[in-house]
Formats: sequence, C-alpha cells, structure tokens
Amino acid sequence: MADPLLRVENLVRRFGGIAATDHLSLDVASGELHAIIGPNGAGKTTLISQLTGQLQPNSGAIRFAGRDITRLPAWRRSALGLARSFQITSLLSEFTALDNVALAVQAHDGHSFYFWGDARREKHLRDKALAALTRVGLERRAGVVVSRLSHGEQRELELAVALATSPKLLLLDEPMAGLGSTESARMIKLLQELRREVTIVLVEHDMDAVFALADRITVLVYGRVIASDTPAAIRGNEEVKRAYLGDQHVVTSNG
Amino acid sequence: MLLVVEQFLNGLQFGLLLFLLAAGLTLVFGIMDFVNLAHGSLYMMGAYFTATFVAWTGSFVVGVLLALGATLLLGIVLEFVALRHLYGRDHLDHVLATFGLILFFNDAVRLIWGPAGLALPLPAWLTVPIQIMPGVFYPSYRLAIIVVSLLVAIFLYVMVMRTRLGMLIRAGASNREMIGALGINIKLLYTLVFGLAAALAGLAGLMQAPILTVQIGMGENILILAFVIIVIGGIGSIRGAFLAAIFVGMIDTLGRAFLPDLLRRVLSSATASTAAPALSSMLIYLVMAIVLVLRPEGLFPANRR
Amino acid sequence: MSASFNARNAVAALVVAGLVLLPLYTSLSGNVFALTLFTRIVIFALAAVSLNLIMGYGGMMSFGHAAYLGIGGYAVGILAFEGTGSGFIQWPVALAASALFALVIGALSLRTRGVYFIMITLAFAQMAYYVASGLARYGGDDGLTIYKRSDFGGLINLSNRVQFYYLCLGCLLGGIYLVWRIVNSRFGMVVQGLRSNEARMQAIGFPATRYRLVCFVIAGTLCGLAGALLANNTDFVSPAVMYWTRSGDLMVMVILGGMGSLFGPVIGAVVYLVLEEFLSQLTEYWALIMGPLLLLIVLFGRGGIVGLLGRLDRG
Repeated sequence: MADPLLRVENLVRRFGGIAATDHLSLDVASGELHAIIGPNGAGKTTLISQLTGQLQPNSGAIRFAGRDITRLPAWRRSALGLARSFQITSLLSEFTALDNVALAVQAHDGHSFYFWGDARREKHLRDKALAALTRVGLERRAGVVVSRLSHGEQRELELAVALATSPKLLLLDEPMAGLGSTESARMIKLLQELRREVTIVLVEHDMDAVFALADRITVLVYGRVIASDTPAAIRGNEEVKRAYLGDQHVVTSNG
Repeated sequence: MLLVVEQFLNGLQFGLLLFLLAAGLTLVFGIMDFVNLAHGSLYMMGAYFTATFVAWTGSFVVGVLLALGATLLLGIVLEFVALRHLYGRDHLDHVLATFGLILFFNDAVRLIWGPAGLALPLPAWLTVPIQIMPGVFYPSYRLAIIVVSLLVAIFLYVMVMRTRLGMLIRAGASNREMIGALGINIKLLYTLVFGLAAALAGLAGLMQAPILTVQIGMGENILILAFVIIVIGGIGSIRGAFLAAIFVGMIDTLGRAFLPDLLRRVLSSATASTAAPALSSMLIYLVMAIVLVLRPEGLFPANRR
Repeated sequence: MSASFNARNAVAALVVAGLVLLPLYTSLSGNVFALTLFTRIVIFALAAVSLNLIMGYGGMMSFGHAAYLGIGGYAVGILAFEGTGSGFIQWPVALAASALFALVIGALSLRTRGVYFIMITLAFAQMAYYVASGLARYGGDDGLTIYKRSDFGGLINLSNRVQFYYLCLGCLLGGIYLVWRIVNSRFGMVVQGLRSNEARMQAIGFPATRYRLVCFVIAGTLCGLAGALLANNTDFVSPAVMYWTRSGDLMVMVILGGMGSLFGPVIGAVVYLVLEEFLSQLTEYWALIMGPLLLLIVLFGRGGIVGLLGRLDRG
C-alpha cells in the first residue's frame, strides 16, 4: 500500500493540565474523504489547528506527502498543498468575495513583492478566482463585500478560498455549521463533487452528512482516537456507541 | 566599594519608583484593557500637588497626604468624566485620547505654576544620612523611598494574591464577563482601580520630586521607561512589573554610573566620553530588544499563572 | 478609485488645487508667512501619508514614526556639517539611514502585536531621541544648525522659497501616488489582507511578517524623505523633531484625516497644523484647547474627516 497522504503520529497538545490532543495517531489515504467526529470538546478543532500550523503540538509528528511538517509555519504548509476552512467563518470581511479568492490564488502564484501593477487587473488571478467561485456557485456574488454576504454564502466562500489554493488536502472544520437545511443539502452536494478531485478531512457534527459522505470515519473522545474505520463498522462499534450515543442528543440538536 | 553600594541602592530605589508607575499602568491595562498614556501626567501632577501643598501647609507630611488624596481624586474625576467612555474601544482611541490629555495637562501646569520648575525642599529629619554599613552612609530620604515603595509593593502583592479584587485582576482582561457574573459593580470597580493607579503614579511623582526638580514633561520620559518595563515584564503581571522594574532601575543607574569608566578602559578617553552618554541612555532599550528577540511575550507573562 | 463626483473626492481635489495655487496667492498678496506655514504643512503631510501606509492600510500602529523625521534630518545635517553639501549624496543617505533603522526596529517590533507594538515603537523612537541628544559633536540637546541647504547643482535652488515649496509639494504628491500604486498592487493587497485577518492570510499561504516588515521599511524611508525636507526647511535639526509628542502629532493627523484613505492624512495635516497655528495665535496655552478637542474627536468623531465626508455622500 502507498504511503498515506497525511500521517499523524502520537500527537500531544496540552492546555494547562488538560490534554486536548492525547497521543493521537491518524492516517488519511490519498483520495479518500475522511471524517472526524466526536462529542463537543473532543479536540477536533485543536487537531485541525495543529495540522494547519496555527497551533504547535507539545510532541508527536505530522507527516504530509512524505514530509515532516510538524514544525513548519502555517504559510509553508499552505504552499505544500494543505488548505483549511475555519469553523467560525474567517474571511477578509471588508474585501469582496472575489478579492478574497483572488488573494488565495495570488498566494500560490509566486511571491507578492510586486508594488506597482494593479492586482485587481491581473487577468489570470481574477480568472482563477472566478473559476473557484463558480465551483461553489457564488459567481454572481463576486463583487459583493464579504460582510454583506449571507452566512451560507460565507461558508461557501470559505470553501472557494480553500479550493483556490489548489490543495492536495482540504481540511474542512464544520462547513455545515449554522446552515439551514437547503443550504446544508447544497453543501453536501458540493462536497460530493469535490471529493472526486481532492482528498478531504471533514470535521462535522451533522451525522447524516458524515455518514453520507465519508469513506472512513475517525472517532475522537477527549483527544484520543477510539475508533477509525468504515462508516458501516463505526455504526456497529460498541465502544463508539457507549462513548458517543449518550451525547448524541446534544450533537444532533447542535447540528 | 562605597560607590558600588551607593549606586546599587540608587538603582534599587529608582527601580522601585518605576514599579509604582508600571504597576498602575499594568493594573489599568489588565483590568480595563485600557492604555493610559496620561499616566505620566498623573505622576507629574502628584509632584506639583505636593510642592504646592507642602508650601501651603508648611508640613511635609500633611502636604504629601493631601497631594496623594488630590491625585487619587484627579484620577477618579478623569475616569468618570472622560475615560470610562473609551473602555471597549480600540487601543488606538485610548492612545489618542490620552495623548490629548497629556497636551492638556502640560499646558494647564504651565498656566497655573508657570514654565519654570519648582523645588520641593525636604524637612530636616529626612536629610540626615544614615549609616547602613560601617563607614557607608546613605541619604535617609532615599532609604525612605525604598521602604515606602516596598510597603506598597507588599500591599499590592497581598491585594492581588489574597483578595477578590486581586482574583479579578489575575483573571485578566479576557474574562470580563466573569466579573459581571460575580455581581460586582463594575463601573465602581473600574473607577476605584483607576483612582488607585493614579494615586500610585502620584506617589511615585511626589517621592521623586525632592530628588529632581518638579517640571513640565517630567512624567513623559519616565512613562516610556514604564512601558519598557511592561514590555520586559509581560503585560498585566504585577510580579513581572516588579521584577522588570528593579531590573531596569538597576541597569539604567549602574549603566550611567559605571559605563563611562568601563568604556575608558577599552577606548580612548575622547571616544569614550562621546560614546558613553549615548550608550548608557540606549542601554535599557538594548536590553528590551534582546528580551524581544528571545521572549516576545515578555519575561513573566500574566497568562502563565 | 471611481471617478464619480462625491464630497470626498471634491475635497481632496480642492485641497490639492489649493496647495498647487498657494504660491500664486502669496506672491499676489505678499503674505510670505502663509508660504512658510504651508511648506511645513506639506512636509508633515508627507510624513503622515507615510505613516498612513503602515497604520491605515497595514494596521501597524506605530508610535515612533517621528524617529525617521530626525534620522532623515540628521543625515542631511551631519553631512552638511562634515562638508558634504550635495543633495545627491545627502538625500540618498537620509533615505538609506531611515530604511535601515526601520528594518532593524521593524524586525524587532513586528514580533509583537497590539499595545506591545505601540509601546515598543514608542520606546525605540525615544531611544533615537536620546542618542541624538548624546551626539555632543552635533550639538547634543541644542541641535545642529544647517548653514547651507542641500545643493542640487543647477537643478533646483532650495533657498528659493517658491522652488522649495514646489519641491516639497512634488514629493508629497509623488508620495501619495506611490502609496496609491502600492495599495492596489499585489503587495498592497497582502498587507491589507493581513490587517483584516492575519490567521486567514497565513492559512492561505502568506508569510505575514516579511510583508509587514517590507511595508514598515517603505513607510520609514518615505518619512525619512520628509525628514530631509524638514531639516532643509528649518535650516536646523534637533532631537526635538524625534520627541514622542511629534510621533503623536503624526498619528493625530492620520486619524483626524481618516485612516486608510489616500488623501485623509493630507487633510488631517492641514487641519491639525492650521488649527495649531490659529490657536497659538489666540493664546499661548493653545494645548489647553487642543488636548480636550482631541478627546472629543476620539469620543464622537469616527473615521476622521474623510469618514465624515463619506457619510455625507451616502446621505
């Protein structure tokens, strides 16, 4: 079997006395959609932040495409092909939708120490950005300032920004959070298309979405992996049921 | 040897004085998340009040007490009239508004007391040198500054570590909701904290007054030293402010005292006497730069409780 | 940059037209004082424009910007004192020295954020002030008189009031044009993105600090130019130009005019310095009025004068 695209080995991250990530190991194979689920406070976002470099682990290693990236800063990981969406929408709020995506394209188009030409007139930046916007169905909203987009549109824009960096691996932190049912359905449809093009790690509370989309599911509880398997096997896993189902009610009402 | 002991004590005394100033700044920042550039003006006002009240009453002690009360009151009025409306605003707004206050206070002092500085004579009982070691005498007034500042430092330490108010301070700016949840009158608390900080600045100013002249702008240079202390010590941390203040006071004093001699041993005396003043005034900034390179969050950051 | 007519653009155009035509007015009316005042204003406007690049567009709240006024000024002053009168040497040295200082200060200060950044830039500028005060050979506290303005061969005569005014104005307009190009360039997009959301920019692949640092150096260099002009204008340079209240003045100009707007700092500089001039003729204690005025502006005026005009446009 080929090496996994992403390999996490014995990752530990403590906050004070609490281990938010507790000797966590995980493999994500190239081409799969790998969902990570777990009750609130299981350390899902903490894990994502360590994967993308916003947060440094205390120990352990992260390998991406055969390379140790544990100590690389966020921007270098992005250059290697790791993209993330944020759980709480985190865009450049006073820029337009198109500007947001165009900056992501620009970030992967050589350095940006160009001081003279008008960046908004660089056709290939704009074209690529518009293509990414079209991919998520936002092309009509390209000229709108982010703070005036609806919540659902902002979630889609998050995705477009991540896509615009042509990532090898897409880390999606609760892309469905706060979406209505129509918007959720659109997002699921979109992810179903995207999974054919790019490896995806999906952190999500919406169980219907997770079981509909995932090739494999990893279950986190208190920063530990308690199971990592196919959706069918996870559904039948007793330990998962015990650890998780007690919390199920809370989870679905959140999602 | 004599000189070393004396300069060492001078450094300690200066450091403690700086602590009084930095503690107020860091308290106000830690609790109200407010940057107060006009803190140096309160220091200056403390000195002017003292000079005035001592002259009026003819008693050093009464004058000092009145001046302390006056600075406290001034701080409370300032907070009540203007600054409380700026909590929760951008730090830049704080900087601008308090910059305006500095301009105001400097000209107000010039208008009331005139452009020339004032002298604050010490009473006879504070001018007696005290023998601290066999053959080593030290001015009793400077010794008094050390004692008073240490007492204040202990008071602050106990307040921060042992009282409910202290708990709030240690909880820091990020937990402002919690303060409300504890059922404390926040507005009153903020006003009192600001008043306390003002009084501390005033105390520092009035204690320094007899050593230097009381003059316009006296609070500005020392305020910047207080900033350096906060950067080195870590923002919002009383302990950090204390250690960093002693550190900065020592380095500044000892640097000014001994650097010229040290340089003269290495360089020609002409070069040394040109370089020494510039270098000794740069010294603490160099230290700050080194701290920044090694520990950008300061040596004793508050969130590592 | 839409060409549409609105109050904001109208005021900017009016200010520029006024500045361009000013020497005409002064020669007709014989009011030499106005030319002297406005030469000073134009120079400070250039400094404010440079500060706006980092503060308004880059979100870097530097409280030490006056340091470059001093460094640019001392470069000219010291070279003149040591017998190098050519502006072709003095000015490049002034710019290079400012750039170098900005590089070192920026590399250290940009390790921190927020209030720390404000305090550290303030402290480093104050360090420059003390160093200048310690330069006994060059006048120390008392400063250094420049007996001959920078010599640019037959190209331009800096001792001619009108020529010098237009040189300053040319530098200002050039500076604004430069900032305009930068702001809309790739580099400018990155810097503004960093102001808006640093974590996001890092996540899409931008190394934040090096872009910020380059921006910081550009702004410092531009302000060094203002420093060279200022020294020539006053025929004098002293540590006082670096004193922290000068940095505060520059910040006030930028905020008063409107942060992150192209002409805001110019309008801010004109208003602030004219007001200062007016008040100081009114009373010796002008800061008694100016200080509380600043407080009121902070309390009630949002987005500066340009922001006010913008609200006017929207009805």
